[in-house]
Amino acid sequence: MKNPNRSTGLLAVGAAALLALAPLFLNAYQVDVLNSIGLYALLALSLNLILGEAGLFNMGHAAFYAVGAYTAAILNTRYQVPILWTLPLSGLVAGLFALLVARPVVHLRGDYLLIVTIGVGEIVRIALVNDVFGITGGANGIFGIARPKLFGYVIRRPQDFFYLIWGCVALSLFLFWRLKQSRFGRALNYLREDAVAAEGSGVDTAYYKLAVFALGAAWAGMAGTLFAAKMTIISPESFSFWESVVLFMIVILGGAGSMAGVLLAAFLVIGLPELFREFAGARMLVFGLVMMVMMVVRPQGLLPARGRRFTLATPGREQKP
Amino acid sequence: MSASLAGTPLLELRDLTKRFGGLVAVNGVSFTVMDSSVVGLIGPNGAGKTTVFNLITGNYRPDRGYIHFAGQPVQGLPTHRIIMRGIARTFQNIRLFQQLSALENVLAGCHYRMRGGILSALLGLPAQRREEQQALERALQALEFVGLRQQALALARNLSYGDQRRLEIARALATEPRLLILDEPAGGMNEQETEALIGLIGRIRARGITILLIEHDMRLVMRACEQLVVLEYGGKIAEGPPEQVRRDPRVIEAYLGAEDEV
Repeated sequence: MKNPNRSTGLLAVGAAALLALAPLFLNAYQVDVLNSIGLYALLALSLNLILGEAGLFNMGHAAFYAVGAYTAAILNTRYQVPILWTLPLSGLVAGLFALLVARPVVHLRGDYLLIVTIGVGEIVRIALVNDVFGITGGANGIFGIARPKLFGYVIRRPQDFFYLIWGCVALSLFLFWRLKQSRFGRALNYLREDAVAAEGSGVDTAYYKLAVFALGAAWAGMAGTLFAAKMTIISPESFSFWESVVLFMIVILGGAGSMAGVLLAAFLVIGLPELFREFAGARMLVFGLVMMVMMVVRPQGLLPARGRRFTLATPGREQKP
Repeated sequence: MSASLAGTPLLELRDLTKRFGGLVAVNGVSFTVMDSSVVGLIGPNGAGKTTVFNLITGNYRPDRGYIHFAGQPVQGLPTHRIIMRGIARTFQNIRLFQQLSALENVLAGCHYRMRGGILSALLGLPAQRREEQQALERALQALEFVGLRQQALALARNLSYGDQRRLEIARALATEPRLLILDEPAGGMNEQETEALIGLIGRIRARGITILLIEHDMRLVMRACEQLVVLEYGGKIAEGPPEQVRRDPRVIEAYLGAEDEV
């Protein structure tokens, strides 16, 4: 316990190793639950950029997830584009869609933005149900999405998807951590802390708001591709308002701006209800109560964000703020 | 340094007017800030001083009049663009990034001179790392300059009031401005801190940076400023060197009148 950083580091490595070996001793259903958790973790990490790092209240994240999933499904079923190839494309489409809808509303303050994003989420869902452009399959959705292939190997079993999904989570963690250490990552925090002071220090706040919306949405869009590949069937009900609420909860519950917290919360919010399946109706009641207690006793989240670390020369030693 | 530029106007306000509904907050104000000078903007509460600052930095758009900085019009530009032209500011009611360290606060000032975007950050390119390192050094220098080097890693909200004011100045200086505008820099400071602030203003000036400040502490104003502009009810009522302004009957009346109302 002399060095708390080292012990949390060891804990993280241990948890990662345990997770990596999990498919060896879990059954298919349990691995599938882990896959769900992984997808939610991916989505929540992308929402964390917007909500946790930049402080922009987005409760319509499922819309970008949906745009990505449908882009992948349509390209795959109509044009036979291999599903994993659609990954960058669905990211791009979701990102552009976010730019389009965020552009006129992103200057709105917290609560107003929240309401607008709820509206965006609903519009997308209803548009999908009503089969816009005749390509979304209406309420039935799209089925017959091909299995992904990686170097000739068909990804089919839950264990295969496990490594695909959690590989993406690991990659995202690494990339977002880099982002956090950069000028871009800091600019997001300046936005969250005080947009007027940020602008008054020479930060183009309008640009960063749009950029982070587009980036978070693009990531959600790519998660949508993975979802489509895993399910082989997608329909509007997978992208309901409730999904946006759950993602919002994961970020706040875990600790806004804390990637470790978001991961942990994804396990709790998605995993725990699966563990307590036998309680059926009561589990949501318990879940709601836990949520309320958490927000009262620990509003900063399960694992609050820790400050960036800087190595400073003269007065020596690495410190954390 | 900019000795050759001394005596040329750096900031010019002409006929500046701002209304909020029926209230005329700033009414046809004109004045000039010469390069390398320290100018004080004074007046009773509600005279429109902070509104003038907010007009200069683009937080408000003027209804009439213009603002020229270094010979170029700046009115109507977004705030961050005005900062990029070389104007930096602090706020009357301290606006720091409270949950971030002093160092990260100052890095905000370094932000616009950096180039790294999303992609170079994601890839961790060598150029990006080098740039981050340089910014870190610049930020530390700015902290050193205001005497906060030891508190670099402390959260802004944990600093004392006086230190928070100095941190705001460090963040503003990190933008490498030609004009620094300070909104009540001595507000809430004790005598000792005010004394140190006067010294700091002198050192900022010695770097060739022009200063425009709002202040109620008359000792500071009289000692630090070489030129004063006095506002009352949104209009300019006097202008000149401190000794002259303090004897101006209209200024005396404005200050006594203000006290009568209390």
